[in-house]
Amino acid sequence: MWHAILTLVRKELQAIMGDSQTRAMMIMPVILQLLLFPFAATLEVKNSTLAIYNEDGGAASIELIQRLAAAKAFPRLIMVNSEEQLRQSIDAQQALLAVRIAADFTRRLARGEPAQVQAIIDGRRSNSAQIAFGYAQQVIRQFAEEQRPQVLPARLTVQHLYNPNLEYRWFVLPSLVALITTIGCLMVTALSLAREREEGTFEQLLVSPLTPGYIMAGKAVPGILVAVIQGSIIAAAAVWVYHVPFTGSVWLLYLSMLCYGLSLSGFGLFISALCANQQQAFLGVFGFMAPAIILSGYLAPVENMPVILRAVSAVDPVTHFIVIVKGIFLKGHGFVQVWPHLWPLLAIAAVTLGLAYTLFLFRSGQ
Amino acid sequence: MNDAAAIIIRAVQYRFDGGTALHALDVDIRRSVITGLVGPDGAGKTTLMRIMAGLLKASAGQILVDGLDPVTEAAELRLRLGYMPQKFGLYEDLTVQENLDLYADLHGVLGPARASSFAHLLAFTDLARFTGRPAGKLSGGMKQKLGLACTLLGSPRVLLLDEPSVGVDPISRRELWKMVGTLADAGMTIVWSTAYLDEAERCSEVLLMNAGRLEYAGTPASLSERMQGRCLQLRNIVGSRREVLQKALRAPEVSDGVLQGESIRLVLRRADEPPQLDGLQAGPEAYLVEVRPRLEDAFVDLLGGGPGGESVLAEHMPETRVDRGVDAAAMISADALTRRFGDFVATDRISFRVRRGEIFGLLGPNGAGKSTTFKMMCGLLAPSSGTAQVMGLDLKTSASHARRQIGYMAQKFALYGNLSVAQNLSFFSGIYGLRGDIQAKQIADMVRVFELQPFLATQAGALPLGFKQRLALSCAIMHQPPLLFLDEPTSGVDPITRREFWTHINGLVEKGVTVMVTTHFMDEAEYCDRIGLIYRGRMIAAGTPDRLKQQATRAGEEEITMAEAFIRLVEQDDGQREELRA
Repeated sequence: MWHAILTLVRKELQAIMGDSQTRAMMIMPVILQLLLFPFAATLEVKNSTLAIYNEDGGAASIELIQRLAAAKAFPRLIMVNSEEQLRQSIDAQQALLAVRIAADFTRRLARGEPAQVQAIIDGRRSNSAQIAFGYAQQVIRQFAEEQRPQVLPARLTVQHLYNPNLEYRWFVLPSLVALITTIGCLMVTALSLAREREEGTFEQLLVSPLTPGYIMAGKAVPGILVAVIQGSIIAAAAVWVYHVPFTGSVWLLYLSMLCYGLSLSGFGLFISALCANQQQAFLGVFGFMAPAIILSGYLAPVENMPVILRAVSAVDPVTHFIVIVKGIFLKGHGFVQVWPHLWPLLAIAAVTLGLAYTLFLFRSGQ
Repeated sequence: MNDAAAIIIRAVQYRFDGGTALHALDVDIRRSVITGLVGPDGAGKTTLMRIMAGLLKASAGQILVDGLDPVTEAAELRLRLGYMPQKFGLYEDLTVQENLDLYADLHGVLGPARASSFAHLLAFTDLARFTGRPAGKLSGGMKQKLGLACTLLGSPRVLLLDEPSVGVDPISRRELWKMVGTLADAGMTIVWSTAYLDEAERCSEVLLMNAGRLEYAGTPASLSERMQGRCLQLRNIVGSRREVLQKALRAPEVSDGVLQGESIRLVLRRADEPPQLDGLQAGPEAYLVEVRPRLEDAFVDLLGGGPGGESVLAEHMPETRVDRGVDAAAMISADALTRRFGDFVATDRISFRVRRGEIFGLLGPNGAGKSTTFKMMCGLLAPSSGTAQVMGLDLKTSASHARRQIGYMAQKFALYGNLSVAQNLSFFSGIYGLRGDIQAKQIADMVRVFELQPFLATQAGALPLGFKQRLALSCAIMHQPPLLFLDEPTSGVDPITRREFWTHINGLVEKGVTVMVTTHFMDEAEYCDRIGLIYRGRMIAAGTPDRLKQQATRAGEEEITMAEAFIRLVEQDDGQREELRA
């Protein structure tokens, strides 16, 4: 009966490639995300504006302002002349961060006393403002050290392992492999079965000698194939276009993609077994995908989540796959390091596929 | 201007990218009567309807509906025109009342007029009991009635109905017809497009269209009159009536022929020139009787006669084998088949047997349990109790093996619309386990038999309807199944395509294929060897079409039509039920 599955898989691929809309739905997201994500979804703070209220006007304050102006993070400076203007520049979101230099700044420095610089951060954009504040702090600390050259008792040196220059793309692109394959695989498994139900071809399959298991396999395999192909495109672009280092082994990446595709198709088939039409399936896919990505640790570290959500995150296939892909790309992980995240994928696949199969049998015999 | 004409059509043309849908049409449609619009698929009926409704703009020519131009005076016309498309836009999740409310708002029916028109329409359509039911849960007939009620909300003067009776059972169809008749009597102008010619026969006027041209306009009676003396019935046939039909259609004198129960209806090319009876081998007792012409005879004749009796398909198919141990008298058998949905009993202890080479028809009103029975017989639904078997195999326990014996053709076109014809063929042969040379040969044979060569790369969804049906049939029989399940196979299909389809089915039956079919076409029911009439979940009558007709015939009455028999048998059952209660 391998032949039957082969027939089903070929049909599915023909349906995807034959319909210009479906074809576009499979290819466009890959291209768009590849072009947009590495640039748009960056946590680096570039191109932001710094407001400065210099109450001092002395030589030291001007020196500090020039240094701040030279920092890559702040290509634009707004000089303000009153507290009112300072507040306004933050209120109107003209500036991400404001620095206020006290009137006695130069004087106190000249006397060798500690001088005050106040930073005002836009709390509405806390994340990027914090990062901007970090940059400003660095500049000020350097300035301070030069003003009072003395040997500090201890100094913390930071080295970013696996991503020495904190290239954000190194982080985004491997994760993108996970995100894009999620969409592709769910589309094929969940939506196409709902579509068959809507168009009546599903009954035509049910009266054929194919058993539910074959019909499901016939949907899961193309889903996994699509996921693997999309994943390969992104991985290749990451390596050759964006020059993200690839330190692991290719076969391990493909093995992981396969396991990930299996777990996703389990979710996809489960959704499609629940839904009566494409509209419901579409909502189902989004209902699964949004929390799956949010809880995956892509947007916020899993360790910071409440215990319950951490548990949910543990059964989220996206979580495991992102860890695996990053490990293979950046950390040179081998099978031993990958396995702790590989078996959960297989376990998730077993559970969801089992559930989908049961539900499928129940619904088709109704 | 002609005062009696509600719709005036002058030299109306409609061209689109691929060709011309309407060629210079000239016709007047009379006020306050029902005008039937008939013609084969792709004749341009829907295009004309949409032009009259102002949804399409004619490429050339002039059209006036109730004195208004549908395009330039659309706003004014909308108040006077009701249009019910093939699939009326009911909101299936809204209740009957909510649908009415919505359409009343859209039509601007407000104030005291609203309540009174609701009351009137609900009484008129007999839907008052169902106001709280979601539209999606109504039967096919009730949906159409609700669609009609929604269309009537604005009190239109002109009503356009595009195939309102497709997929509707004879009883609901008759009710729908009565309702529309009442409207016409009250002065409404009605255009009713239909594929059912018995329905068109009762219109005051018919417009017969073919390939974008008007072939006939006038009363149905004068069209049928042309056929006077050319319509015969061959009765008292001994032997296989299908073989006799095939021979009759081969005779040069015969232009068209169909099965009518035990008899065969023949249409001659010329009056008084019947075929030689000896050549038909219908037995010594057979004789010809002249019968009253029907509109369908005239229709088929006008379009150049029927498709002939040869089925290339049947010539190609081998005689079906019956494995040893399989009871040829019970190729398909149902034993006390019951299906419950919660408290509702959809089918109640239905039993029947179908022998090899027999066509068994399931008839019944919408929602009577016919589809449920059919689904259980082909394994789409598990019975709550009782057994469904094909060739001695239980569909529950040896499902996969049993289903291999079945060819299935769904009511709705259920092939992959976005795959090409070739891809569909190879897919469906593949899932039935054909491969390699055998698969290639089967596909090549189907392409040859059904003349699919020019369409191989065409997407199945874009095929003309007749070819869609050929493709659906070829996908169902490539694995040469001994059993064929057909679920309303010719719903919405014109008489010529339907004849062609049945020629193939008859040919297959001659090769020993056993067929089970559901239908709402009473003509089609007459092609069956036996019929089971299902009503309220029970089989209320079973037997040959002639038996059923006799059963329903009252004393001193001449032979009645199948549709009449259907309605009477259902009413009789209702009567018995009443008596039991009393």
